[in-house]
Amino acid sequence: MNSKAIIVEKLTKTFNGFTAVDGISFEVEKGEIFGFLGANGAGKTTAMKMLCGLSMPTSGSAMVAGFDVYKENESIKKNIGYMSQKFSLYEDLTIKENIRFYAGIYGIGPELITSKTGLLLEQLNLEKEANLLVKQLPLGWKQKLAFSVAIFHDPQIVFLDEPTGGVDPITRRDFWNMIYDAAARGITVFVTTHYMDEAEYCDRVSIMVDGQIDALDTPGKLKRSFQAGSMDEVFLQIARKAKRSE
Amino acid sequence: MSPLKYILQKEFKQIFRDPAIIRVIFILPIIQLIILPLAADYEIKNINIAIVDRDHSPSSNRLIHTITSSNYFRLVEYSSDFNKAMQGIDNDKADLILELPRGFESELYAQKETKVFLAVNAINGVKANLGATYLRNIVQNFNNDFRISVLTPGRFNDLPVIETTSSNWYNPRMNYTFFMVPGILVLLITMIGLNLSAINIVREKEIGTIEQINVTPIRKTHFILGKLIPFWILGLVVITIGFLIAWLVYGIIPLGSYLTIYVFAAVYLLVILGLGLLISTYAENQQQAMLISFFLLMIFILMGGLYTSIDSMPEWAQWITRFNPVAYFIEVMRRVVLKGSGLADIRQPLLIMFCFAVAINYWAVLSYRKRS
Repeated sequence: MNSKAIIVEKLTKTFNGFTAVDGISFEVEKGEIFGFLGANGAGKTTAMKMLCGLSMPTSGSAMVAGFDVYKENESIKKNIGYMSQKFSLYEDLTIKENIRFYAGIYGIGPELITSKTGLLLEQLNLEKEANLLVKQLPLGWKQKLAFSVAIFHDPQIVFLDEPTGGVDPITRRDFWNMIYDAAARGITVFVTTHYMDEAEYCDRVSIMVDGQIDALDTPGKLKRSFQAGSMDEVFLQIARKAKRSE
Repeated sequence: MSPLKYILQKEFKQIFRDPAIIRVIFILPIIQLIILPLAADYEIKNINIAIVDRDHSPSSNRLIHTITSSNYFRLVEYSSDFNKAMQGIDNDKADLILELPRGFESELYAQKETKVFLAVNAINGVKANLGATYLRNIVQNFNNDFRISVLTPGRFNDLPVIETTSSNWYNPRMNYTFFMVPGILVLLITMIGLNLSAINIVREKEIGTIEQINVTPIRKTHFILGKLIPFWILGLVVITIGFLIAWLVYGIIPLGSYLTIYVFAAVYLLVILGLGLLISTYAENQQQAMLISFFLLMIFILMGGLYTSIDSMPEWAQWITRFNPVAYFIEVMRRVVLKGSGLADIRQPLLIMFCFAVAINYWAVLSYRKRS
């Protein structure tokens, strides 16, 4: 059995002559927390969308959870979870109804949905709020809920696109604890973020500049090779080379 | 269990939680069906007439009295000066001028014929033309009455008179509500169906939930069916409300069976909703979707045969109406409601609608892309 969750080779995406993602290559180990960093407009989201089967690559190859992104994108979708930058639960449905809907379209049986929903609400401490509409929840709770929904069907890999944007530090800490729990259950985590303290929590990070990956290693090694005290400095040194404006 | 069940549950919950949709579905039909048929009436009434009477005789008085008591005309100007009447037309107070010349009565008696002059304000062409026709009828009737009462009875008329009498089949009293209400009901479910479905998928695009849906292994057919079925059921509910109003307010009960209408409506709604979803898959935002559906609705309605007869359109326009689902439904609706046609009689339009439904929904599924 292959030990790689994601294998990407020379993956490229061009939009009308603009190369958003420029021949990136990397591999992600199973069970790893992989930080995918880069300034705004560096091409992170585009790359992530190609891996999730939301966007067709222009060239290059990629295998996600053992499936080819060109031909087997629907098989990929059965095996991944995804949490987009935009909040994507239905605000006019309750917490319970959102969980039920997403679980249902992944084909989870009704008994399993009921039992897992109970367990999840208990973990999130949302038992009393289960029948509240999602729009009534504070942002931090919404994000935690969205993450829980994204991994409800026990995917092999979960893709998180800036999951903690706009969230307070305490909730961010809670959120990262949830990420660690998911990784401990064997779920590979592929996460983008602009918070460099979060980058320190990752097993390995890659830093994208102008559609290319400029650095890829563990946070410790990156700091050493850039002679930096923190990931923040590493990021600044690399990202300053960017020519693309936002 | 099929994921479709979960999709349907979600869609129904969202529909019933949106107060705007509920209002559109229940209040709109009631208001439209009560107001529109009364306003949209082909009969022209309140035609403003200016009469120039230079004769001032008992006969001219009698003719004027006949005209003003006919319900169709409203006397706005009465004088013996043509210029005054012309002023009435100039400032749009009058639609018609009838001039009775001096010696109207004496010529009528002496020469058994006379002339009246009619001037028409053709700014509002329909009103003026119909008004002139009504007026000609009234003058002709007056003429006949005059012959009978004045000419010596027992003698044959100098001129043979051929009179046409017609009887209106299927709507014997030419009741306009019988003609308009079923048609307006068709327009109503078309507007509601097209608009609601056109903004549906595009709304998920705007909120961003579509991306979350697209990253799941959901099947495109399930997704489209999940959007189609709830509105399809709502459409049939709206038709039912419409028929209730037609019965309670206008006493309209189809001569044919409701079943025939519902069978056709069921297929028809698939066409309209499929079209809405198709718009929704192409549009980027709700404004675009609304504009496209508004544009289509204008064509559908104006070329649907309710306000203007399709038979009197130019040939190329008639050809276009063959692609207009509204034209088919209005035709079928009238045939079933007024004529009592059954399923066998409407099998051809039904088959055409079915082909439309399959083609459009297939296209909608194809154009909904999970990957860009």
